[in-house]
Amino acid sequence: MSSVTLRSGLRAPSPIAAAVPAGIACAVAALVLLAPLATLALRSLSGPDGALTLANYGRYLATPTLRESVMNTGLLGGATTLIVLPLAFLFAFGIERTNMRFKGVMSALCLFPVLTPSLLPAMGLVYLFGHQGLLTPLLGGNVIYGAHGVLISEIVAAFPHAVIMLRAALSMADARLYEQAEILGAGPWRRFRAVTLPSVRYGLVGAGIVVFTRAITDIGAPAVLGGDFGVLALDIYKQVLGQQNFEMGSVVAMLLLAPSLVLVGVERLASSRQAAMVSGKSTARHPPRHVLRDVAFTTYGAAVTLALASLLLTCQMAALARMWPYDLSFSFASYDLERYDGGWRALRNSIGLATAVAVSGALAAFTGAYVAQRTRPAPALRGLFVLLALLPAATPGLALGLAYALFFGDPANPFHLIYGTFAILLVATVIHFYSVAHLTSVSALNALDVEFEPAAAVLGRGALHTVVRVIAPLSAVPLLEIALYLFVNAMTTVSAAVFLYPTDFKLASVSILNMDDAGDMAPAAAMGMMILYVNLGVRLLAQGAGSRLRHAGNVLAAPTARALAGPASDPVQASGAAT
Amino acid sequence: MVYTAAEADQLTKYERAFKRAHPEIDLVWVRDSTGVLTAKLLAERKAPRADAIFALAATSMAQVDSAGGLAPYSPKNIGRIDPMFRDSRAIPHWTGTAVLTAAICVNTIEAKRRGLPIPNTWEDLANPIYKDAISMPNPASSGVGLLTVAGWLQGLGEAEAWAFMDRLDRNVVSYAHSGSKPCKDAARGEVPIGISFDFRAVKTQSEGAPIVIVVPTRMVGWDMEASGVVAGARHPEAARAFVDWAMSDEAMSLYAESFAIVGVANASKPAPSLPPDLANRLAPMDVAWTANNRMRVLSEWVRRYEGRAARQ
Repeated sequence: MSSVTLRSGLRAPSPIAAAVPAGIACAVAALVLLAPLATLALRSLSGPDGALTLANYGRYLATPTLRESVMNTGLLGGATTLIVLPLAFLFAFGIERTNMRFKGVMSALCLFPVLTPSLLPAMGLVYLFGHQGLLTPLLGGNVIYGAHGVLISEIVAAFPHAVIMLRAALSMADARLYEQAEILGAGPWRRFRAVTLPSVRYGLVGAGIVVFTRAITDIGAPAVLGGDFGVLALDIYKQVLGQQNFEMGSVVAMLLLAPSLVLVGVERLASSRQAAMVSGKSTARHPPRHVLRDVAFTTYGAAVTLALASLLLTCQMAALARMWPYDLSFSFASYDLERYDGGWRALRNSIGLATAVAVSGALAAFTGAYVAQRTRPAPALRGLFVLLALLPAATPGLALGLAYALFFGDPANPFHLIYGTFAILLVATVIHFYSVAHLTSVSALNALDVEFEPAAAVLGRGALHTVVRVIAPLSAVPLLEIALYLFVNAMTTVSAAVFLYPTDFKLASVSILNMDDAGDMAPAAAMGMMILYVNLGVRLLAQGAGSRLRHAGNVLAAPTARALAGPASDPVQASGAAT
Repeated sequence: MVYTAAEADQLTKYERAFKRAHPEIDLVWVRDSTGVLTAKLLAERKAPRADAIFALAATSMAQVDSAGGLAPYSPKNIGRIDPMFRDSRAIPHWTGTAVLTAAICVNTIEAKRRGLPIPNTWEDLANPIYKDAISMPNPASSGVGLLTVAGWLQGLGEAEAWAFMDRLDRNVVSYAHSGSKPCKDAARGEVPIGISFDFRAVKTQSEGAPIVIVVPTRMVGWDMEASGVVAGARHPEAARAFVDWAMSDEAMSLYAESFAIVGVANASKPAPSLPPDLANRLAPMDVAWTANNRMRVLSEWVRRYEGRAARQ
């Protein structure tokens, strides 16, 4: 087939037709994201008579305790980032660049905090270092409550996320650079500074921003351990649910949204630079043997893994005690969840929501990515859509949830009918985690041959045929990874859901917050561990399915793909950020 | 559909009784905390989902009512209801079912370990020996916290009450987000003394926690669990039938299994772990005062006691 016939066989799509899919995508994004956020912004600016005013912000900043929350939140985010980055870097470096032992076990165990709501490690800290903690005698009269407790808890919760991102950055090392540095006589320290650090600097920036954003938007650890330590995330919750002050809640949500917006913008810039640093000619680096270094990293890794595992183990033990700490005999009393809000139904509801979010979110992200990458819309329209697709990453869940409650809760809104139903929870959760799913879909699509669609057009096949027969099977593995990412996050998230869950559809993660608020810590720990087990089970299932799909997808798509464009390239695996 | 802040484990009992009385009505509970339900009722004012409200704090009822969220309705049994249990209008917008009062949970093991005597009065709690030994609910996020503080303010007079709270604050180690948490934290020994409410204290003790229940001798704050018909309810007939049932003698005897003081005076049967003269220990309080002064009291409270780091 000559290039001449190929070109003449292609019906050049008219610019208007090409704009339709992206136009629809932008319109949907405007409805489910821009409009609610605009409502939130307006509400924060509206006075008692409905007129626009900055008075709410003035009142906020004039209240010393609320002003203090701004400071606390900033300090918490900064300190968490400064501590997590070196800790996570060492761990990721150990796994990617040394011959430390037990890599598989350690990297799997250190991911556990990702699979639970952030409340669980916080409760683990209380059981270990609270007034009746197992290890409290070691603290010499101190306890975990207050700023330092929240900080430690945020470190635990953010650590695995930073490890995932730094491992991705460190795994992309180009061995050739190290060989050249060695030939030039650079020692190990010099090589680390001149080659390693520059090559991961964007990864460090990205991880730092993710850690910072998580720490400032988390509500779990401050709720359990904060005591007098006020933070913005808790202020939103208290203003709205405690005092029914939606205006002030909106002000706090806007204050939390602003830094996230800036930081996620910077993070996207950093990650696009990072991607550009690895050329197609890079060769993987295999760490040389170095006994002292390997022993040191194994020891460090084991210490970290042990610390994380002991937090969760303590929660499980406390959940199985008859009356912690006075009667430690074995009992399933805390699992009698029907006595508490939500009960076992909340866990079933969460699994239902997570499944729906996984399926519809993966499809939505894949469709969105397809529209952005493959339908060739006008650059301006595409740029707008890409921006909208990344906006959720910058929107704290509490801000999104409140924005949805305000926007869809208004009876004048034609979409009001989804308010207070499963649908609003589903949409909000999909949007909350859309960005990572979208980016993963984009990189999966980019790994496929761009010529599938033109070739199909020549053969008289529609785009839909290509998607169903070739692109979808070849993308099955990344799609599965996206679904898994969405499932796990939907199971653990509290923030967006807390303002939106229908009253007859309680969620497990929210019920943990409620049970902890009510002082029912052992049942809350029991529920948190159940979420962990569900996520773990689903993850293992997905891993099994993934290896089969990888094989089946290639087999299924191969005949059509060969017919269209010759041998297909291997589908790219979903990026580390998605897990 | 009925919005309720009643305890989750009580609802089955009430539902069974109501189904017996009204098999033709399909009852759907929506249970949540007082704060969540109040926010929901206020947010849904223009397009209500609930038909009736059951066992929500009277202070919240007054708040929802002043936003126009409640319809006037005089339940059938109104003649037998203690006048204290209804709002003051000729046709009440809400009627109370049971009183909940402040109560103190003291962990006997921790008290002994720290050498703390069992307190008898509120003033005892301000004694410096109890430094860092007390947890109480934050009135800005807990109805029990609010009723406790409102009891002091209305009973002692504002100046004296704030002075007392200043002294008490030095002993308070944490302000919790719910009225149950201080008692349950005391049960776990996280704190020796938790200010909570009667129902929670009795229940936690009955579950085997090593606590004693102290109801101070005077100025005990209280609030009422109240019911009412939602303005603009989709099923007004069923809502009125529900409120009739909620105020019936039969329902009152069910409440009396959990509460010491209920709407029909002779239905009460006090729990053995609460003092028999509980009613005489209550602070002279007006629910409407609490509802009307809520924002002022809370902002003063927040200014004085929240964010300790800022004050030191």
